[in-house]
Amino acid sequence: MTTTSTPPTAAPATEPPAGPPETPFLGRFLGRFRTPAAFLLGAVLLVGVAPLVLSDFRLGLLAKYLCYGIVAVGVSLAWGRGGLLVLGQGVFFGLGGYAMAMHLKLADAAATGETLPDFMLLYGTEGGLPWWWQPFANPAFALAMTVVLPMAVAALLGALVFRRRVKGAYFAILSQALAAALAIWLVGQQATTGGTNGLTGFQGFFGYDLNDPINQRMVYVVIAVALLLLMAAARQLFVSRYGELLIAVRDSEERVRFLGYNPANVKLVAYVVAAGMAGLAGALFVPAVGIISPALIGIVPSIGFVIGAAVGGRASLVGAVLGAIAVAWAQSTLSDAWPAGWTYLQGLLFVVAVGFLPGGLASLRTVLRRRRTSSDRVGATKGVTT
Amino acid sequence: MSGLITRRGLLAGISALGAGAALSACGAKTGSDTSKAAGAKADTSGDTVRVGLLNSLSGTMAISEVTVHNALLLAVKEINAAGGVLGKQLKPVSQDGASDWPTFAEKAQALITDSKVVATFGCWTSASRKAVKPVFERNKSLLFYPVQYEGLEQSPYIFYSGATTNQQIVPALDYLKKQGLTKLYLVGSDYVFPRTANKIIKTYAKANGMEVLGEDYAPLGSTEFATIVNKVRSAGADAVFNTLNGDSNVAFFKEYKSAGLTAKKLPVLSVSIAEEEVKSIGTQYLEGQLTAWNYYQTTPGAANEKFVAAYQAAYGKDKPTSDPMEAAYISVHLWKAMVEKAGSFDVEKVKAASDGIEFDAPEGKVTVDGATQHVHKTARIGKVTASGLIEEVWNSGGPIKPDPYLKGYDWAADL
Repeated sequence: MTTTSTPPTAAPATEPPAGPPETPFLGRFLGRFRTPAAFLLGAVLLVGVAPLVLSDFRLGLLAKYLCYGIVAVGVSLAWGRGGLLVLGQGVFFGLGGYAMAMHLKLADAAATGETLPDFMLLYGTEGGLPWWWQPFANPAFALAMTVVLPMAVAALLGALVFRRRVKGAYFAILSQALAAALAIWLVGQQATTGGTNGLTGFQGFFGYDLNDPINQRMVYVVIAVALLLLMAAARQLFVSRYGELLIAVRDSEERVRFLGYNPANVKLVAYVVAAGMAGLAGALFVPAVGIISPALIGIVPSIGFVIGAAVGGRASLVGAVLGAIAVAWAQSTLSDAWPAGWTYLQGLLFVVAVGFLPGGLASLRTVLRRRRTSSDRVGATKGVTT
Repeated sequence: MSGLITRRGLLAGISALGAGAALSACGAKTGSDTSKAAGAKADTSGDTVRVGLLNSLSGTMAISEVTVHNALLLAVKEINAAGGVLGKQLKPVSQDGASDWPTFAEKAQALITDSKVVATFGCWTSASRKAVKPVFERNKSLLFYPVQYEGLEQSPYIFYSGATTNQQIVPALDYLKKQGLTKLYLVGSDYVFPRTANKIIKTYAKANGMEVLGEDYAPLGSTEFATIVNKVRSAGADAVFNTLNGDSNVAFFKEYKSAGLTAKKLPVLSVSIAEEEVKSIGTQYLEGQLTAWNYYQTTPGAANEKFVAAYQAAYGKDKPTSDPMEAAYISVHLWKAMVEKAGSFDVEKVKAASDGIEFDAPEGKVTVDGATQHVHKTARIGKVTASGLIEEVWNSGGPIKPDPYLKGYDWAADL
């Protein structure tokens, strides 16, 4: 590092940065296979080892954490790479979750010979099944909607917002407002959305009985595979030309515009893809956890979605995902021992991560190394972006 | 930077994963026999058995649910002091639902699977109960739910020791009608209990010559009531039926008083304000207002004197007792009586033994109705006194048979 200067395009490392290339050939060889090797290791751990060693209950919890991990993949793309502080991912998580839950409710009703889901029979809809519920009886349509609906909403919102060059805090506030609005609307529509109770008590999942532990394990495998696939896809996006462009927009939107690109479109793609991932996460959350409710998609959970990514390292894909999983795990575990303290700790983590460690835990090594070398290389860190 | 090899490696990994997923075993289809799906069996082998206490010890609901948690612990302590259940001491295992519904479901599963509890006591909000209901049904484990609620539910694995609508809302309406207060204004928090309660109130009003002049909902936790109070004042109602929950009541009653409205001019009947809430809202705002419950700290009887004394000895002289606390307290004693009648901790045997179980409760004698798994309870209308307690002004004269679906009421036929 002291003798060779890194090329400017490689500034933010995609993975935990490789060590200094002291042995160029071996280093490059290892570097090439490091990512796929780590990926395979992760895959073996998640799909092979975890189901063998964890009890049904622990595996169910892990399935839930992995759903948050899927949201974090999108957060890493939009926020870490694109600089869009997406504080309203709950909206997309919720749209995906409700789309899936509506289908499961209708399928359960059909299995017992009813035309209406159980909660509608209790709390009453005057005119039978509402028109906007009807297409969700079709499994293919519902599955498509879990991703298409969030992406469409994101595309519409993003097109309006990014064209007008709304950014920074204004974009974050807008995202939050949308999350709050959707949650409040859902609460008000008790007869058709289940209100605060949300949708719960699912019996089957595309013909499989959710009460059977083996099927719960299947749901876990589906979630783990989805997470791995999305991480692989996101990584390809990160290292593509588009990925470079996204970072350029994040770091200097004006310069990118002068170069002839339209930053609004670049941001829109990241925002829409992140929304689709959150939607899929919501859809997978429903069979794994068995509930979707307005409390899961409002302002607080929307902030929760980015805290994990911030703590782990938003610009690092693995960091963001591991951060999201670790924070969710800590919440389950620490809140037992220390009920009232967890919220404070969560807030503290966020403040520390944003204030002192903007790259998250994934950047800890780089930060420490830089601190060690910065004393004799004053000013040399100017080109490094975090 | 990323060579072809990297990409190929990734693709290979992905396809291997896909194949692995496709090969994974598939479980039972819907509708097939799932008896093997029953969860971990409760552990009754030692000389102690574990009971689960599932309450929000953190978050917005903690202020209410901690009192219920305390009442549950008190009951467990009393039972242990008297020799336990079937000769076994009870070991309470507390889990924090954290005012978050999926957390409730997760912790319920943890109590059943990890702690192997013989029964669980707790939950407050309907949303948390709806979230844990499938967990208890799937694992064939028992939950005792201690709070008045909106009815329309009868899970085979839940016992409801609080009031259903025909033991609280309907008697309250009977009382208002008898007082000649026939023009009502409905104010509530925006969630399932107020919305369902108001639906019942509107149906009752239509059939009983009463009139509902307005219906307003505020989001849970809202503190902005100027508009609603103005509407209430200009509506010309005889009484307000209040289903607001929690903190919102503080803001509502302050606004109500500053708008010049009093209990004399326009009484408010509240169904979610008990002794604990009176204290936090402030007696000066509530004096003379009406409440509907099945138990007050002032309810006469030796059983209640004993309960209040024991609670205050354990948790502090100035601590009030309230209806949900009492319902929680009796739920543990009712479960004990069921287990002893069944001679076993087995869930199905306990359920079979439940019908007709009686307990000399602080609210008076209560009886379990085995068919609905609810409890016969006496309805009581109370008035907030200057000292911050609630004095009974009317009661139903005896326990009312629980009717969660209001099947026995002609006017409720088209509900």
